[in-house]
Parts: sequence; structure tokens; C-alpha cells
Amino acid sequence: MSTMTFAGATAGRILTQLRHDHRTVALMVLLPSLLLVLLRYVFNDERAFSAAAPALLAVFPFAIMFIVTSITTLRERTTATLERLMTLPIGKFDLLLGYALAFGLVAVVQVLVAAAISLTWLGLEISGSVWLLLLIAVLDALLGTALGLLASAFARTEFQAVQFMPAVVMPQVLLCGLFAPREAMTPVLEWLSAVMPLSYAVDALTTVTRTAEVDGTLLRNLAIVAGCVVLALVLGAATLRRRTP
Amino acid sequence: MDNYAVVAEGLRVRRGSREVLHDVGFAVPRGSITGLLGPSGCGKTTLLRCVVGVQVVAAGRVTVLGEPAGSRGLRNRIGYATQNPAVYADLTVRESLRYFAAILRAPKGDVDRVIEEVGLGSHTDHVIGELSGGQLSRASLAVALLGRPELLVLDEPTVGLDPVLREELWDLFNRLAGRGVTLIVSSHVMDEAARCQRLLLMRDGDILADDTPDALRARTDTADLEQAFLRLVREQGAVA
Repeated sequence: MSTMTFAGATAGRILTQLRHDHRTVALMVLLPSLLLVLLRYVFNDERAFSAAAPALLAVFPFAIMFIVTSITTLRERTTATLERLMTLPIGKFDLLLGYALAFGLVAVVQVLVAAAISLTWLGLEISGSVWLLLLIAVLDALLGTALGLLASAFARTEFQAVQFMPAVVMPQVLLCGLFAPREAMTPVLEWLSAVMPLSYAVDALTTVTRTAEVDGTLLRNLAIVAGCVVLALVLGAATLRRRTP
Repeated sequence: MDNYAVVAEGLRVRRGSREVLHDVGFAVPRGSITGLLGPSGCGKTTLLRCVVGVQVVAAGRVTVLGEPAGSRGLRNRIGYATQNPAVYADLTVRESLRYFAAILRAPKGDVDRVIEEVGLGSHTDHVIGELSGGQLSRASLAVALLGRPELLVLDEPTVGLDPVLREELWDLFNRLAGRGVTLIVSSHVMDEAARCQRLLLMRDGDILADDTPDALRARTDTADLEQAFLRLVREQGAVA
């Protein structure tokens, strides 16, 4: 399959680029963990931390991967490498899939470190499966990557790309149920939170924290997040143009 | 038609409300080196982008190697080097070439061949961002040579190179043309014009001449191509 060849080569190229940039790798791997440590001592109380931490285990990687991806792809656009790639046999979806694979792999490492630190040192307790927690957090980081790829299509400059973070990420964070239960929001806000994919990821994480039971709602939430990842990638590929003005 | 690698007819490109190519037509014979010359901002890059099929075109037709420009089937038959070096600054020369070679499914050994051809053998494992300007543009040129394309579209490939390197690159271009490769090379310095077999002279989105250097000299009655260009500009001004 040419899609996998091209996507694989692209993912390999992006990971090689990262390997040359040690500071970025360190930031990507450690930043969510450091923020969680900070949060733990801000609360100074294990129970309060345990209530907020699962959601943040989703939110931090989501936000970080969103920024990193949108900046990286914008750089590809502005340095003419994208124009060159568009004259070559690689498909638009292959390219985005390569990005998702590379950053997905980074996200796995990022989430593993953050979860390990939270579950041991910071005293986070969950009733459900640790593996399910990891899966949801990785899906969430992938969602950040996919949305970052899509958003970068609408940014002309780095200034715009950076501001897409607060524009796309912050409303989802505010409405995902972290600050106030979604059921208690006014109907408009509740409806808004229902069309934002992060809400479903946070719901799923909260479920895994509270109960070991894997019910239909949890599976549905996971399917929604995964579906949004694929949708964002397909839309991202559709907005990429071989011909530009 | 088969004798031509590129044929453009009635080509118009608009950027916003401004027309940057006005009804342009030309033909590039196969196996030749065609120089695209004209001052900065005259539309050279836009014209080359039309040939490789990444430019939105308002009207007209460009046929490349017998197919409409931008066709899927052309994507591994054309090598394109943009004016700003299109390579990954945070990769080494070899890593960058390996990636593009994978995309082109170029044969093993192609990476080493093109590194040798552009004379970057001693910088294979250097990070591209740390190369000099001339090395950078050669690293970008090397990508265009991967997979032995039939048509090479090179946007200002010799800018910023010292005379020795420039000579080496022109030797390479001649060798490639000798193998039957068609080259379109843009430049804004007239002294490169004499090295081409055919010339496209451009100004303000129009093609002033599509001819051989000798024919141009004869037509304008000058020995110098820079003078020939100036005379053509004046002639056009007189007509308009």
C-alpha cells in the first residue's frame, strides 16, 4: 500500500527532525508531567487532585500536541517544502497520516510518563483499568494533533497559528466539565459542550477513574473521540491544496 | 507536439485583482536547456509554478510531457527546485534526501548519486540549517535530481554561488541535457543567458522573446544579450 509507505516515510522524517532537537523532545515528554506536579502541590490535597487530574491528563497533552502540530505544519507550508511535496507522488492524506503517526508516538511517551508520575508519586487513584486510562489519553493527544493539522490550514502566519490554540483549545477546556458539571450548564453551553470532542474524552476519563465497569457510554465516548480524529484528518487533507494562488 | 517537453498557450494568472501573467505562450523543446530570464518580480516563479502544476491558473493550457500540467502521472517525471531552498533545515543532507527518495520510490544508490552530482559529498552528514547559502541551494537542487526526472524546473538555482560552483553546475546541466533531460532554468542575471540553448525573456508578465541566443542577437543587432533585452523592451514600448 502506497499510503502506508508514504505515511511511514513521513513519520520517520518527522521523528528524525525531532531527534535533532533535544530541547523540544524534553519539553514534549515532560511538560504535561511537570504541570500535573505543579497542580498537585497547588491543591496540596490528594483527594482534590484525584478529582481534577484525570481530566487534565487529557487536557495537557491535547493542548500541547495541538500547538506543536499546528506550528510544525505551518513551517512546512512557509518553507516551500509543502509546495515541493505537492509536486511529488505523495497523497495529501498520506502526509497528514504521517504527521499523526509521528506525533501519536510522541504522545504515547508523553502520556506514559505523565500517568506513571500521577499514579505513583502524586497519589492519583483510579478504579478502572490503567490501560484504558492510557488509551483515552493517547486518543486525546491524537485529537490535539489532528485538530492542529486542520487548524494550521487556516493560518497564514505563526502569529495566527499560535492564537488558534486559545481559540480552538480553550473553549473546549472550559466546557469539557472540568470547571463545572456539563449537566449544570445553561442549555446553549451544554449544547456547545456536546459538539466539542474534548468533552467526550474527559467524560471517558472520569468514568475510568470512578468505576472499573466498561459500559456502552464509555465505548460510545471513545468511538466519538476516535471518529473526530479521523474526521479532522480527512478534513485537513481536503483543505490542503496542490494548487495555490 | 512530441518534440516539445512543455507547451503553454494563452496562459493567464491572476493574483487578487492584478493579472501577473498576461496571455503567455511558449514551447520548450525536449532535451534542451531553456533559460527563463527577466527582472525580479516579472512573473518567472509564477510561470514555473504553472509548469509544475501548483499554480491556480485563470485561463489557458500548459501541456507537460504530453499531459496537462499537474497530472498525477507527471509527479515522478518532473524535478522541481523552488527559489527558497525547499529542504528540512533540521535534517542532515542525507536524511533529507532519503525522505524525498522514499516518496519518489527512487532506486537505492540514488541518494549517493545526487549528492555526488551537486558536489556535496563532504557535507553528507551535516545538518542542512548549518550549511552556507550556496550549499543550501545545492542540497535543494539534489532533491530535484532524485529519480532521474525527464524535466527539471529550476528556479534561480545558481543565485549566490561563486563562479567556480556556477561553472560546475552548468557542466552538470549540460551533461543532463546530453542525456536527454529537458531543463528550464530561471535567472535574473543576463550573463547566464548565453549558456542556454533557448531563451524566454520575460518582463511584467509578458514573454518578450522565445528564441535561441544567436537569433536574438541577430534580431536586435547586438553582440550582447543584456543589450538585446533592453532593445526588445524599447521596441515593445514603441509598439504600445
